[in-house]
Amino acid sequence: MSTILEMRGIEKTFPGVKALNNVNLAVRTGEIHAVVGENGAGKSTLMKVLSGVYPHGTYSGDIVYQGQTREFKDIVDSESVGIIIIHQELALVPLLSITENLFLGNEQATGGVIDWELSYARAKELLAKVGLKDPPSTLITNLGVGKQQLIEIAKALSKEVKLLILDEPTASLNESDSDALLELLLELKAQGISSILISHKLNEISKVADSITVLRDGATVDTFDCRKEAISEDRIIQNMVGREMADRYPKREPHIGETIFEVKQWRVHHPIHPERVVIKDIDFHVRKGEIVGIAGLMGAGRTELAKSIFGRAYGAKISGEVHLHGKKVDLSTIQKAINHGIAYVTEDRKGDGLVLDEDIKKNISLANLAAVSDKSVIDEAREFKVADDFRNKMRIRCSSVLQRVVNLSGGNQQKVVLSKWLFSNPEVLILDEPTRGIDVGAKFEIYTLISQLAAEGKCIIMISSEMPELLGMCDRIYVMNEGQFVGQFDAAEASQEKIMRAIVRNVKNGEH
Amino acid sequence: MENTEMSKKPTLDAIPEVKKEYAGFLKNNMREYGMLLSLVAIMAFFQVMTDGTLMQPLNLTNLVLQNSYVVIMALGMLMVIVAGHIDLSVGSVVGFIGALAAVLMVNYEMNFILTTVICLIAGALIGAAQGYWVAFFRIPSFIVTLAGMLVFKGLTLALLEGQSVGPFPRGFQLLSSGFIPELFADTGSVRLTSLLVGVAAAAILLAVKVHGRAKQVKHGMEEEPAVFFLLKNVLFAAAIIAFSYLMASYKGMPNVLIIMFALMVVYTFVTNRTTIGRRVYAVGGNEKAAKLSGIKTERVSFYTFVNMGMLAALAGLIFAARLNTATPKAGTGFELDVIAACFIGGASASGGVGKVMGAVIGAFVMGVMNNGMSIMGIGIDYQQVIKGLVLLAAVFFDVYNKNK
Repeated sequence: MSTILEMRGIEKTFPGVKALNNVNLAVRTGEIHAVVGENGAGKSTLMKVLSGVYPHGTYSGDIVYQGQTREFKDIVDSESVGIIIIHQELALVPLLSITENLFLGNEQATGGVIDWELSYARAKELLAKVGLKDPPSTLITNLGVGKQQLIEIAKALSKEVKLLILDEPTASLNESDSDALLELLLELKAQGISSILISHKLNEISKVADSITVLRDGATVDTFDCRKEAISEDRIIQNMVGREMADRYPKREPHIGETIFEVKQWRVHHPIHPERVVIKDIDFHVRKGEIVGIAGLMGAGRTELAKSIFGRAYGAKISGEVHLHGKKVDLSTIQKAINHGIAYVTEDRKGDGLVLDEDIKKNISLANLAAVSDKSVIDEAREFKVADDFRNKMRIRCSSVLQRVVNLSGGNQQKVVLSKWLFSNPEVLILDEPTRGIDVGAKFEIYTLISQLAAEGKCIIMISSEMPELLGMCDRIYVMNEGQFVGQFDAAEASQEKIMRAIVRNVKNGEH
Repeated sequence: MENTEMSKKPTLDAIPEVKKEYAGFLKNNMREYGMLLSLVAIMAFFQVMTDGTLMQPLNLTNLVLQNSYVVIMALGMLMVIVAGHIDLSVGSVVGFIGALAAVLMVNYEMNFILTTVICLIAGALIGAAQGYWVAFFRIPSFIVTLAGMLVFKGLTLALLEGQSVGPFPRGFQLLSSGFIPELFADTGSVRLTSLLVGVAAAAILLAVKVHGRAKQVKHGMEEEPAVFFLLKNVLFAAAIIAFSYLMASYKGMPNVLIIMFALMVVYTFVTNRTTIGRRVYAVGGNEKAAKLSGIKTERVSFYTFVNMGMLAALAGLIFAARLNTATPKAGTGFELDVIAACFIGGASASGGVGKVMGAVIGAFVMGVMNNGMSIMGIGIDYQQVIKGLVLLAAVFFDVYNKNK
């Protein structure tokens, strides 16, 4: 069988990070090729290289497509030869109709005047191909996510697709919608269309994939041919996570005391679609001086859980109880949560954490202005001193605390956010992806700081998509999937394989 | 200085170092100094073009009286813009409050002090009514205040029944046309009290600045090079004294100037030094981060509108007192001057950035241009063209600086 696509020795560097390092990928004509790997393994980056989002010249290595070496300048370029990517976040305009969306940027028009009759007729054909019966004039917003995903595929078909790339297409779909989508992929395959399927769901992959390529830390680990031999999920998981743990985490001896923070029967509904339950009856607790991890894939509901606890910053119709030192507390507003000694360090430091145009000093004092002011008048000297102390303690690299935070590196910005929350004097710290997007050196500093905080007797809840980080730091790890806790491991018994297995199989492990 | 005699090398090293520091500071604060310099340049330009008429005591007094209400509203508008909103209704509110005051004082013969109090409260309520929709229901401020603009323009017409209402009691007129009383017996051509008030204000400002600077140095938190600090503040104090001398040689300091100056000081303090001021900047700079830091962002936005309404009411009273009559047309188009003043003064349309002094300078840039061009005999048609281009140029300068 011939090969439609070959990517050879692809390397891609972002400032300070090597995202792809010698990736090789070969897709045969008319097959479904799955690409798997942990968050951050480089799957999405690789697909962006392939589709021209990162144009030729910004990466090294060769892309051979249909026997020719290609140098794509942009997406239009790669689409013109039939490579079409469907991103995880759908690119549909909600208030336009199916027809309008199908031909967006590719209108059925002569001289700028749209031929609606032709458009509707073609739209109907395309909808039939993906098995949808909705009228083409339906607005996208009135369709469910599953149908929207099919519209995306219909859109790809309208462009005479030869190689279809799907990035986590079933991540937000329920089971029957997922099955319909997979069926469609098999049908397209029968028509000779090749696809690359990026997915975390190994059961789906074993259902449809002809080959599997595993990526880890930006490199190809292995490629399996599922037609030659049956590949067990365990083998794939091992390949996905199997890396040795070097000395990347500070040594710590946990001194764990009594239970301080406890969440009971926590249930949260989606703020816009209140009928959807985002967090399903979660119970957990954190003890004094303990670092508790929450593992899970993106979209598992970890951030939503954290934010809903922190003064109901997320969600609707929240029910459940939070206990602090054995007493039920009211955390219904962020101010109350802060006053009870809860701090939430966001995963999105630029979007949710910092006022970028302001200086370091003003950012650090923001959550606890009362401590640097008398009767609402800010004592600038005291504020400066506080900020300068944090600058020394946290080793924030800057010319002075009067520097604006927008000019700091990611690691230093993260230290400013942490300083802000430490200044609010919390007892329970919820750290959401505390090392996202920062370099290895700064990561170690943050880990050291987290250990110190635990040693001081604070309760730490650490949410992370990087499993080695959780295994290296935590005393206990909860595994979360689809809004529920699906496993709990003590540090001694936890392993990446066990966590991954708990996630992909959604089977409850350990005591719960 | 000693280095020059010891050897050449350290000097060569030291000078670029210092220059670099100055250059770096200038670059970071280009906007602020640039604004001040351009106001000075514009004043110098019109001083020459009008053969010295601009800076004559009589004209200067008029300049203050004509622009006081724009400056006062710019203080409130700055807070609204920094919080990430806009208020298009202020012009109509000026007209409405003027009409309300006229009806109360002329038709109902109410005491002018009580009238003033009622009008200020009415302004705050108008601000609250609009802020309520913006802050708690997240209706874009552009739309809410556009609606307010229409509503209060209509209510003005209704209140006045399409007529002009006046004149006002003498006491009320003094709000706008009065001058501070002379305490000394016959002092010749110069009003000594006014001059002394100016000198005292300059001295107090200088003392406060020096005290603050000393505190900064003590904690190692000074940013501005000493040369700049001294130069800026001495020049500023000198300008205040020169200005008060000019005013004193005509009728003295207008009451409005005192009100305006007091408000400038209060709002500078509020924005720089108080927690509520800090919160306004945080909400405008990053609402989500502010909210997650425990700030009640809705309430902060709401208060900026209440404040704006109150200041618009004050401006409405001053404007009515100045004309000594309330007309249905009063306030028309004021919102544009006020908003332009804030943007010329360096406020960011996306919120989070802007200074009280910037807005005041911006208001005076507009005011001096209006006044200067009128004296030069430029028609109202081209005046508007020129003002529009100046606004665009100032904001272009901002954006260009930011992207560089």
